[in-house]
Amino acid sequence: MLRLEQRPEPSRAMVIATPIIAVIATMIAGGIMFGILGTNPFTAIRIIFWDPIFNDVVASYTRPQLLVKAAPLILMAIGLSFGFRANVWNIGAEGQFIMGAIVGGGTALALYPYESFIVFPLIILMGAIGGFLWAMIPALLKIKFNANEILVSLMLVYVATQFLSAMVTGPMKSPVGMGFPESRNFNEYGSAFNAEMISNTGLHFGVIAMMAAVIVGYIALTRHLFGFQIRVSGQSARASKFAGVNPNVTIALCLGISGALAGLAGLFEVTGPAGKLSTNFPLGYGFTAIIVAFLGRLNPIGILLAGLLMSLTYIGGELAQFQLQIPAAAIQAFQGMLLFFLLGVDILINFRVRLKNKGVA
Amino acid sequence: MTPLLHLSGLTKAYPGVIANDDVGFEIQPGEVHALLGENGAGKSTLVKMIYGLVRPDSGEMRLHDQPFTPSEPREARASGVAMVFQHFSLFEALSVAENISLGMENPPENAELADQITKVSANYGLTLDPNRMVGDLSAGERQRVEIVRCLLQNPKLLIMDEPTSVLTPQEVEVLFQTLRKLRDEGTSILYISHKLEEIRTICDNATILRLGKVVGTCVPSEETPKTMAEMMVGTELKTPSKRPYTPGPSLLDVHDMWLQSADPFGTSLRDVSFSLHAGEVLGVAGVAGNGQDELLLALSGEERVTPDAIKLKGENIGNVGPNQRRQLGLLAAPEERLGHAAAPDMSLTENALLTGHTRQRLTNKGFVKWQATRNFARAIIEKFDVRTPGTENAAKSLSGGNLQKFVIGREIMQRPDVLIVNQPTWGVDASAAAFIREAILELAEQGAGVLVISQDLDELMEISDTFAVLSEGRLSRVRSAAGVTIEEIGLLMGGTEVDNAAA
Repeated sequence: MLRLEQRPEPSRAMVIATPIIAVIATMIAGGIMFGILGTNPFTAIRIIFWDPIFNDVVASYTRPQLLVKAAPLILMAIGLSFGFRANVWNIGAEGQFIMGAIVGGGTALALYPYESFIVFPLIILMGAIGGFLWAMIPALLKIKFNANEILVSLMLVYVATQFLSAMVTGPMKSPVGMGFPESRNFNEYGSAFNAEMISNTGLHFGVIAMMAAVIVGYIALTRHLFGFQIRVSGQSARASKFAGVNPNVTIALCLGISGALAGLAGLFEVTGPAGKLSTNFPLGYGFTAIIVAFLGRLNPIGILLAGLLMSLTYIGGELAQFQLQIPAAAIQAFQGMLLFFLLGVDILINFRVRLKNKGVA
Repeated sequence: MTPLLHLSGLTKAYPGVIANDDVGFEIQPGEVHALLGENGAGKSTLVKMIYGLVRPDSGEMRLHDQPFTPSEPREARASGVAMVFQHFSLFEALSVAENISLGMENPPENAELADQITKVSANYGLTLDPNRMVGDLSAGERQRVEIVRCLLQNPKLLIMDEPTSVLTPQEVEVLFQTLRKLRDEGTSILYISHKLEEIRTICDNATILRLGKVVGTCVPSEETPKTMAEMMVGTELKTPSKRPYTPGPSLLDVHDMWLQSADPFGTSLRDVSFSLHAGEVLGVAGVAGNGQDELLLALSGEERVTPDAIKLKGENIGNVGPNQRRQLGLLAAPEERLGHAAAPDMSLTENALLTGHTRQRLTNKGFVKWQATRNFARAIIEKFDVRTPGTENAAKSLSGGNLQKFVIGREIMQRPDVLIVNQPTWGVDASAAAFIREAILELAEQGAGVLVISQDLDELMEISDTFAVLSEGRLSRVRSAAGVTIEEIGLLMGGTEVDNAAA
C-alpha cells in the first residue's frame, strides 16, 4: 500500500523537480484527452509546445507573440507574488490592470494631439498610479475594518470592467470611431504609442519593465530586509510582529506594489498590443497572472519561466485550435490540468511516497 | 497478587523515530505509578496505546490477566481505563452536567446525573456544582469536571497526563487528596509528570523512560529530585549555584502600565508597576492565562502602551516598537518558540536575522549581510550548544530544547541591558533547561537585568533574586526571593495579596 510520509525538511530537489513533473504529467493526461477527442495526441502536443518557437512557417509570427503575451503576465505575477508570500491575497489584479489602462490611457487621450517626449513617461506613471489607487481600496478596507481583501479586490474587478464600459461608450469614445464603443487608437498618437522597439521581436517597453521587475523582485526577495519581512509575515503573523514588522504596512505595501505593477501592465498593453481601450480590452491576464505566480513558486525567476510557459500554452493552444480544430474548451482544460498537476505534485516537497505494509497490532 | 495492568515488549515506531521500544512494566491494584521521562521519551505514545488511541506495532498488554487490545478509547473505557488529558475537551457554553453527559456512553436522566455528580464530587472532595456553566469555571474546576466524568465510570485505572500544570499549589493539594482516596479504594493511577517534587509526594513507584526505552524504575520517596532527573537524562546534572545579589542601578522602570488584551480570551494588564535593576533576576510567577503573554508583548514592544509607562534607563519607551527597543538594549524571548520567537520554516540563519538585524548590524541600507548573519547564527549554535546539522536547517527541524537554546542564545548573544523571557524552559529537556538557567544567571552576573516569567515555581525559586506574582493582570509587590515559601506564592497565585511583613 502506498503511504505518504512527512519529510523532516522540505526537499530542495523537489522544489525544482515538481514543475517539470507537472508539465510531463500534463502532456500525458492532455495527450489522452486529445486522443479521445480524435486528434493525434503527439501532433497536438508538438503544436502546443514546439511549433510556436521552432516551426518555420508560424514561428516568425508566434515567437514575438510569446513575449507580448508573457510580459503582462510576468509583470503582474511578480507583484502578486510578494503579497501571496505575506498572506495578502490580491485576486483583483485584473481590475488594477484595467484601471491602469484607463487612467494612463485616459491621460494620453486627454493630451492628444500634444506631441512631446514627456508624454510617454507621464502616462506610464499615471498607469501605475491608477492600479495603485485601485489596489489601495481593499488595502484600506482591510486595515481599517479587517474586510477580506480577496472578496473586495475580486469585486472591484467587476466595478473596473463596468467603469471601462462607461468610459469607452462615454467620455473616452473615439470621435473618429464611427460610434463603436472604443477609444482612439494609440498608434495614431506617436508620443503615447508603445511601439515595438525592434520590429518582429515583440520587444516593447512592457517587456523591458517586466525584465526590470524580475531583477528588482529577485534582489528584494533574497537580499533585502523587505523581502525577508514579507516572508516572515507569510509564515507567522506573531513572529513578524516580534521582528518589528507592522502588519498594516505590509498589507498596504503588498497591495500597493501589485496594484502599481498591474496598472503598468495595463498601460503597456493598451498603448501597445491592444492599441485602444474597448469593451474587449480585458483578456483575463490578471487572473492568469495568479496561476503564473504559483506556477513560478512565487519566485521571480520561476515566475519568468512560468510566464513564458503559460504564454506558450496560450499561443500553442490557439495554433492547435486553428490547425487541428481542437475546441477552445479543450485548450482551457489543458491549461487547467497544468495547474492541477502542479498543485497536486506539490505535496512531494513536504512528503515522500513510501511503499509500506500496514502495521500489525 | 496479579497486577492490574501488565505491559511487555510494547513497540511503536513512527517514521524516523521509535517512540516506544520494548517497553514493559506492571501496575498493581491501588498503586499510584509514575511515568517519568523527558519530552520525546515516549510517555504520550505509551499512554495512547493503553487508552486505545494508538495501536502498538508489537508487544502485549494484559488487563486483569486478560489480553487487552483496545482499538478505540470507547473499548478502553468499557474495560475500566479512564484518562484525564492535559488539555480539556469541554464546551464552555454548556453546564457541568451537560458536559459530563456528553462524554458518557449511556448517560442517565439529567436529575439523576446531577445527583451522581454531587455525590461523587462530595465523596472525593472535588467541590463541583453540576448546574454551573463551564465557561465560568477556573482551570482547576474544569479539571475536576474531567476527573468526575472519569470517576462516574468507576475506572480501575485512571491515567492522568500532566494534571498539575494548570493548578495553583493549593489546588494541587486538593487533587492529591482525591488521588490518595482513590488509591485507598483500590483504583490504580498512572501519573505522568515531569514535576519531580510532586512525583515524590504522590507516587508509590516510578518507571523511567528515555528515548522510548525503559531505563529504570524507582521508589520516588527514596530518591531526590536530582537523582530522578539524572535517571531521566542519563547524565549528571549540575545545579546552578546562586550568587549573592546586590541591586545595581535601576534599568527598567514600569509604572502604572495598562494594556487592553488584543485577544478576546486574554487577560488585560492592570496597573502593573515594578523596577528591574542591574544584576537582578526578577521572577514573575502565576497560573497560565493571568496576563503573562500580555506582559511580554507590552515589554517587547509588540503592543504599545503610554510612553511614560515604561522607562528604559530613564528614557520613555512605552510607545516605540520592538526594533527601537532592541536598539536601546531591551530584548525579549517569547514563550511560543515556533511561530512567535522563531519562524518555523525558515533556516536558523534567517531566524538569527529575525531579531538580530538592528543590534548586530546585519543589514546595510536594508540589504541583508547574509555572510555576517550566518556567522552570527553559527556563533549562537556553538556558544549555546545547539544540536543541529547546520545553520541552513529549518527551525522546525530542531527539538524543543535545542530551538529554545537557540532562541534564548540569540537574545543573550546580543548583550542586552534588559532581557524579558517568558517560560524559558517550558517543554525543554532537563539538561537544556539547566543550561538555559545557567546562561540567564550568567547574563545577570554581567550586569543585565532579567525578567523571567514562568509557571514553574521550582525554576523561579532556583534562579530569582526577587519575586512577584501576576494574577488577573495585576502584578504583586516585588519582594526578595529569599525567605518566600511555596505556600505564600500559592496564595498570591490564587489572587490573595498576603501582607508578609516578616519577609
